[in-house]
Amino acid sequence: MRAREIPITAWIGLFGIALAIFCALFAPLIAPYGETEVVGGVWQVADSQFFFGLDNLGRDILSRLIYGTRTTLFVALAATVISFSLGILLSFIAAVSGGLIDTVFSRFNDLMMSIPTLIFALVVLAVLPQYLFVLILVMAVLDSTRVYRLGRAVALDVAVMEFVEAAKLRGEGKIWIIFREILPNTLSPLLAEFGLRFAFAILFLSTLSFLGLGIQPPTADWGGMVKDNKDGIIFGIPAALVPGTAIAALCICVNLVVDWLLKRTSSLKGGRGDA
Amino acid sequence: MPDTNLLSVHDLKIEATSYPPGEPPKRITIVDGVSFDLQKGKVLGLIGESGAGKSTIGLSALAYGRGGAEITGGEVKLDGTDILKLGKGGIRKLRGARICYVAQSAAAAFNPAHKLGDQVIEATVRHGLMSRQEARKRALYLFQVLGLPSPETFGDRFPHQASGGQLQRAMTAMALCSHPDLIVFDEPTTALDVTTQIDVLAAIKHAIEETDTAALYITHDLAVVAQISDDIMVLRHGRTVEYGPVQQIIEAPTQDYTRALVNVRQAIRREAPDQSKALLDIENISAEYSNGFKVLHGVSLHLCKGQTLAIVGESGSGKSTLARVITGLLPPSDGRITFEGKPLTPALKNRPRDDLRRIQLIYQMADTAMNPRQTVRDIIGRPLTFYDGLRGAAKTARVKELLEQIEMGNGFIDRYPAELSGGQKQRVAIARALAARPELILCDEPTSALDPLVAEGILKLLMKLQEEQQLSYVFITHDIAIVKAIADSVAVMHRGRLVRFGPKSQTLSPPFDDYTDLLLKSVPEMELGWLEKVLATRRMESAGN
Repeated sequence: MRAREIPITAWIGLFGIALAIFCALFAPLIAPYGETEVVGGVWQVADSQFFFGLDNLGRDILSRLIYGTRTTLFVALAATVISFSLGILLSFIAAVSGGLIDTVFSRFNDLMMSIPTLIFALVVLAVLPQYLFVLILVMAVLDSTRVYRLGRAVALDVAVMEFVEAAKLRGEGKIWIIFREILPNTLSPLLAEFGLRFAFAILFLSTLSFLGLGIQPPTADWGGMVKDNKDGIIFGIPAALVPGTAIAALCICVNLVVDWLLKRTSSLKGGRGDA
Repeated sequence: MPDTNLLSVHDLKIEATSYPPGEPPKRITIVDGVSFDLQKGKVLGLIGESGAGKSTIGLSALAYGRGGAEITGGEVKLDGTDILKLGKGGIRKLRGARICYVAQSAAAAFNPAHKLGDQVIEATVRHGLMSRQEARKRALYLFQVLGLPSPETFGDRFPHQASGGQLQRAMTAMALCSHPDLIVFDEPTTALDVTTQIDVLAAIKHAIEETDTAALYITHDLAVVAQISDDIMVLRHGRTVEYGPVQQIIEAPTQDYTRALVNVRQAIRREAPDQSKALLDIENISAEYSNGFKVLHGVSLHLCKGQTLAIVGESGSGKSTLARVITGLLPPSDGRITFEGKPLTPALKNRPRDDLRRIQLIYQMADTAMNPRQTVRDIIGRPLTFYDGLRGAAKTARVKELLEQIEMGNGFIDRYPAELSGGQKQRVAIARALAARPELILCDEPTSALDPLVAEGILKLLMKLQEEQQLSYVFITHDIAIVKAIADSVAVMHRGRLVRFGPKSQTLSPPFDDYTDLLLKSVPEMELGWLEKVLATRRMESAGN
């Protein structure tokens, strides 16, 4: 894979993601002020000292945005990765095994999906202790039901192909069939779904934070920042738009990269120009 | 005498743009400088391998380019008017009225939600050529001419209520309904069984004669086209190889390529004698699907080491199911299979790995039988790792050796299946089977999706490998010509039952049972007037009854 074969849109996406990761890793070094440090007046407008202005408590928005990348990116990414691993594994096992296993898994999945996600999350999070990993796991498990649906549908299509039958005739085990025969052939729709689900995870986290059950103050996260500053909009103060734009930008960046990966994997030549 | 020509195609050139991934778009020429004339009431056969441009030429007679193909040069004159210069409206008046099209798969071309009768007359009524009443009368007449069962009510059926052969005839009726001047038949019998094909061929031929329509008949089977055409044009890579009256093409071809097509599948192998000790012994096997539908009834067969057993029959005869039973994919409900003197475990999942290794399967469609995301190295290499534990350099060396055996160079080792031609894919599938060092290879119609010359190459390869490695084959096919060429023993199957089994010389010589007789007589032969002869015999037999 040569650098010049990567399209410009993918570069933009990669740059955006790299920037976010950089901010997350080195937040204390690059943020001009502390995460919870009050440095001036409430909703002070942007000037040369405070790039995005100050928030509802007089904290620097840029600094909080940089710190917020940590939580937002980590939680959303962890939740999406876990939900995909879980969803894909269970759905592929169901598709390959069929019969009773398929029925039990699928009906249980239907049961989970029949409960509205947000209400389910609110109830569970209200009951469970408020740790970050609990939040991530709840988000992941709830999201994995959607991944399961998609995963089972695409895996069923591939599982009946003759090359899977050929692998069974060879005597291959389930693990090989799932990961070597089926997974590579279902990557395209799954990757596309990953891009979407990641965006939804950010939004879901923001929603939970907005409702007070996600990231707890004073820790900064982008959704929480929108919530903190939403009242400013009434007075014409754009503070809430800054984290909102950050959420949108990150989602777009992730999807730009996913689009490019999608094109690469959907080419049966493995996307290699020299092949 | 240019005035008597109904259709006159002159110097036709068709191009398309292809978009290879990672490369700039390319212009490719599909058809280059093809010219022919067709008179009223005559049939021109277009023949060639896939990719020869025969369908594209056929569609150009409707001024249509499929899948991005553009007609970039030449002229297509219908009664002296160049239809390529007509506007959209003008072409629309022609299509379905003066020029009609019969597609390869009628089952896919009919709309499953509407009755056949309505679809047959739709174009004619739309064009305002007849009233609905008249069109219905015409359809009834055509159903009768085409020999459809109970023609009065046939139009009330939905597509799923008719068989493949009936649908193909219904589609012909649809094409004939508007009294067209020209019909384009695009491989109308390719998807049908031989015994059905002969009925459809006879019906089409009769209908064309009856209605005095001109036709372009597109096929890859020279024996079929010889029965129905007045002239034949042989195409290759979008160019005319040979063009002439049918008699000259069949009896005195001037080009090497045509000669190869005419002589394809002459006997390659002499029959080996039946040995007392069988490699594979199938005793009284019955099998049924999980819903209780019985697909095999008490089949008994045997195969000797180093020999080929051909299983023939129509689709639905249970021949592929028998292969699935041998592999263990569908455990038999009754009977037993002995392999090398030891009983074979019925179900796949209980079978020892070494038994799995010794019986390999080659599929009909190499496309779907190989993982599109694995390279040739992975595809052939996996059985090596799996059964023999080969890795690294030893594995690569063995893969290269296998590529050598299937007559493909080392350059293919890192290619994906999508980068191989149909014949090459089937060769790689053979190499994958060979990699397991098998004793028995089950071949499930491995050549029926291939062009005749490519198929012949595959058959020769299989024969060569058999000689070198003492392989035994169970060769499933519906093509009697292949059976005659390669088999030692033959099993004829019909509706899940074994009709006839024995050495080839016995099985394929009289006295025949009724079904084998019908099957053998239905295979088109490269001989003029064969269709008439067969039909005449049939009529005599039925008169005698």
